[in-house]
Amino acid sequence: MIRLTREPIDYFRLTEAVRRNACGAVVVFLGTVRDLTGNQITVALDYEAYPGMAEKKMTEIEADTRERWPVGDILLEHRLGHLEVGDISVAVAVSCPHRVQAFEACRHAIDRLKELVPIWKKENWADGRTEWVHPGA
Amino acid sequence: MNVLLFARARDLMGKDCVEISLPTNATVAELRRALGEAFPALRQLLAHSAIAVGEDYAKDDVIIPPNVDAAVVPPVSGG
Repeated sequence: MIRLTREPIDYFRLTEAVRRNACGAVVVFLGTVRDLTGNQITVALDYEAYPGMAEKKMTEIEADTRERWPVGDILLEHRLGHLEVGDISVAVAVSCPHRVQAFEACRHAIDRLKELVPIWKKENWADGRTEWVHPGA
Repeated sequence: MNVLLFARARDLMGKDCVEISLPTNATVAELRRALGEAFPALRQLLAHSAIAVGEDYAKDDVIIPPNVDAAVVPPVSGG
């Protein structure tokens, strides 16, 4: 299942939701707001999405991950709006029968999400400037 | 047609959607050219952005069907 949300991500609920008796491994990835990029200090990030397309791409990533690994269940959740340092911006929880599969599946899902899903963050630097993050542009 | 704008593209234009006239069966490449001509402020970012048609990434040779939204998708930075 996938979800965009403006509420804090409840990673305990997410983790519990993917647990299966047939799965001996659960891997959870959390992306959190970091306070330092190079030598610039971040105080907050604003996340925005192209919601319809973001949900479509996240659903494709879920399907692709399920096709390639024996996934018991998988949840991808991304938070939007204003996030402070330390807040959780994204979570991926995956269960598989064995740990190698679960690690690989989780890695694949978060890597594809960062590459494909139309979500953008705006840096709020400590000096008051703001800046959209568009790698390579 | 309507072209949705996000992130820096929206900030550059000061609005979240622009309208552009294209001939029937125009391609994504033609949409890019028309956007650049009509909105010089978008040109630089446009060169680094993807175009989405009907909520999916569309390469330059894709023909844009009638009655779908297109979008400028600047390099993504979610996660």
